[in-house]
Amino acid sequence: MSHSKNIMIVGVGGQGTLLASRILGNAVIGAGLDVKVSEVHGMSQRGGSVVTYVKYGEKVQSPIVDKGSADIILAFEELEAYRALPYLKKGGRMIVNTQQINPMPVIIGAAEYPENICEKLQKVCDLTTVDAASLAAQAGSIKAVNVVLIGVMATSTDIPYEDWIETIRNTVPPKFVDLNIKAFDLGYNLNK
Amino acid sequence: MKKLMLGNAAVARGAYEAGVRVVSSYPGTPSTEITENIVQYNEIYAEWAPNEKVAAEVAIGASIGGARAMSCMKHVGLNVMADPVFTVSYTGVNGGLVFCVADDQGMHSSQNEQDSRHYAEASKIPMLEPSDSAECKEMTKLAYTLSEEYDCPMFLRLSTRVSHSQSIVELEERTGDELKEYKKDPAKYVMMPGNAIKRHVFVEERLRRMEEYAETAPINKIEDNGSKIGIISAGIAYLYAKEALGDKADYLKLGMVYPMPEKLIQDFAAKHDKIYVVEELDPVIETHCKSLGINVIGKEAFTLLGEYTPRMIAKAVLGEDGEEITELTEQIPVRPPVMCAGCPHRGTFYVLKKLGLNVCGDIGCYTLGAVAPLSSIDTTICMGASVSAALGMAKARGDEFAKKTVSVIGDSTFIHSGITGLIDIVYNKGINTVIILDNSITGMTGHQDNPTTGYTIRGEETKQVNLITLCKAVGVENVVVADPFDLKEFERVVKEETAKDEPSVIIAQRPCALLKTVKYTGHCKISDDCKNCKLCMKLGCPAISLKDGKPYIDESQCNGCGLCTGVCPFNCIKKEG
Repeated sequence: MSHSKNIMIVGVGGQGTLLASRILGNAVIGAGLDVKVSEVHGMSQRGGSVVTYVKYGEKVQSPIVDKGSADIILAFEELEAYRALPYLKKGGRMIVNTQQINPMPVIIGAAEYPENICEKLQKVCDLTTVDAASLAAQAGSIKAVNVVLIGVMATSTDIPYEDWIETIRNTVPPKFVDLNIKAFDLGYNLNK
Repeated sequence: MKKLMLGNAAVARGAYEAGVRVVSSYPGTPSTEITENIVQYNEIYAEWAPNEKVAAEVAIGASIGGARAMSCMKHVGLNVMADPVFTVSYTGVNGGLVFCVADDQGMHSSQNEQDSRHYAEASKIPMLEPSDSAECKEMTKLAYTLSEEYDCPMFLRLSTRVSHSQSIVELEERTGDELKEYKKDPAKYVMMPGNAIKRHVFVEERLRRMEEYAETAPINKIEDNGSKIGIISAGIAYLYAKEALGDKADYLKLGMVYPMPEKLIQDFAAKHDKIYVVEELDPVIETHCKSLGINVIGKEAFTLLGEYTPRMIAKAVLGEDGEEITELTEQIPVRPPVMCAGCPHRGTFYVLKKLGLNVCGDIGCYTLGAVAPLSSIDTTICMGASVSAALGMAKARGDEFAKKTVSVIGDSTFIHSGITGLIDIVYNKGINTVIILDNSITGMTGHQDNPTTGYTIRGEETKQVNLITLCKAVGVENVVVADPFDLKEFERVVKEETAKDEPSVIIAQRPCALLKTVKYTGHCKISDDCKNCKLCMKLGCPAISLKDGKPYIDESQCNGCGLCTGVCPFNCIKKEG
């Protein structure tokens, strides 16, 4: 496996993006590559925009992903996907969970939630949309949205299926392993 | 064994491997996870102290007592602990002593963007700065070796991107954790003028020896790619520069940012046509280079503000534009952080806004009470200032103003440095009302226990500081406990206490909605009888927004706390399930 990848995971604080980035990071290390994961903690986690970066390859220098250089953006929410667009490389892949969460300026009527985000994204990038909440519910818990999305993204990497499953086993509490593997598979097999 | 580790976890691992025995800290983003990770090592005594000054003093005592010790804090926490730091520079150490300070470039979760490197120079304490997790661990261990060899406390400087990035770390065994002998040595440890005068001589001599060490220290590295462009950098900025410039430049990476070498820098500069200093925040390395008469390019090419990126470095040094960017063609709404659904502070700020009070705020999740629609905080300066600044405002504008003003401060922040302000109010005849937001935990930094929770950092039961008894003991006669979700009663209490001609404390008691012990059930629903008065929208709850012009509760966001049911004047909001 020689390809290096810059991946950005975006969403709203509290959606489980941190766990997603940790599963991804550990799957990569299982494949024997250098990896860096940049997280954001503290105030931004309180319902604000959250961004984590995962970079892997032979040798990774900085832990952040610059504008115009993300190979994949995994978005847990539509507006956050749209916000992250300038970070996507030309021809990069955007995976978007079709959920909309109103930010406070929209809630108080000071701004409008942009319309038809997915259609706009479709025109400028390689877009995959996922109703991850339904798939997660199908797997047994709405909370598994993050693992469904990781499953969808996994097909864009060279990391073997077995490494993902092994990482999930090692990352989530034992009683939730089966549920999470089911959620991963639903995402993984989405476009097959 | 190789492991993917957060920078902060790697510092904790370094402390473990270095044989550290005592760690005392106060939580603060981005430093918190160092001490949280220490807890997994049973060989190390760990504690949350009431504030950073106490934490540093505990670590200093442990060091004098012969143990390797550590204290960790965010950049502004270093201000709080500065007093002992400047003097422990004189006493030196017995067991190795390291202060880990994490700066927050970009202010992800801070009230300012100060550069901690100035403290190293001011206190004459050497400072190491790692770039990734592997260096976090290695430099932590090196800091202990240097601390004991040079009889010197050490700083380890981190930043948000180093503390909160994960990279690969090679784990090693723990060594050298035996206690050093404790010998009474007042000439070294009793800093009265006669002794301190002699120790100051030692400090200056030690600094000269550290400067010599810096010339050949393996952590100050030159990478020669045969370029005519030289980059001098440190910490996370060094990795940005490497990514941006690769082998198009040579590098002098300073692992030790204070004191800095002279000859090493001069020799590096002499071999290059153009020298750039790449450092976030203040021009500390740049100023040092210029003092050596070296014509470096620094802040004229790079900003003093926020975080750097490889892209901006490539632009500044090579003039390269980088990858093409797909810009958005429309303005999109920002998504600032908000108080969670079910947050106990929401009730408090709803009432304060309704009463139109002046509010002196403090540091914690509740600082979010400043943003729309609650918009009810007038000031936020630092930990504890809500209490003391409100007294100052009252002394400036009189008692009538004081009766229209309250302080709001969290339980942990009150213990940190609010209690001293309260004593000032009592002692100096203030009549202020202080509202302690008692949510049973230190919320903002991710649920750390504190002296008011009754549990230690390891979750062991301990004596609980009783806020009521504490406030009464310092002389506050009016101490009232109220539930901020009982809006009518809470409003009555605030009106009653602010009207009094003597100081009051209101303890707004309701636990953080994110605590596992808090179990709200069901969710709230707005009935078809809604008169569309939109009063519920004034709560700023993330679950309530407008749909087709009318308020609507998003069930996936609502946790059923029920606060909104008490706000609707027409009883149109009901809890279900």
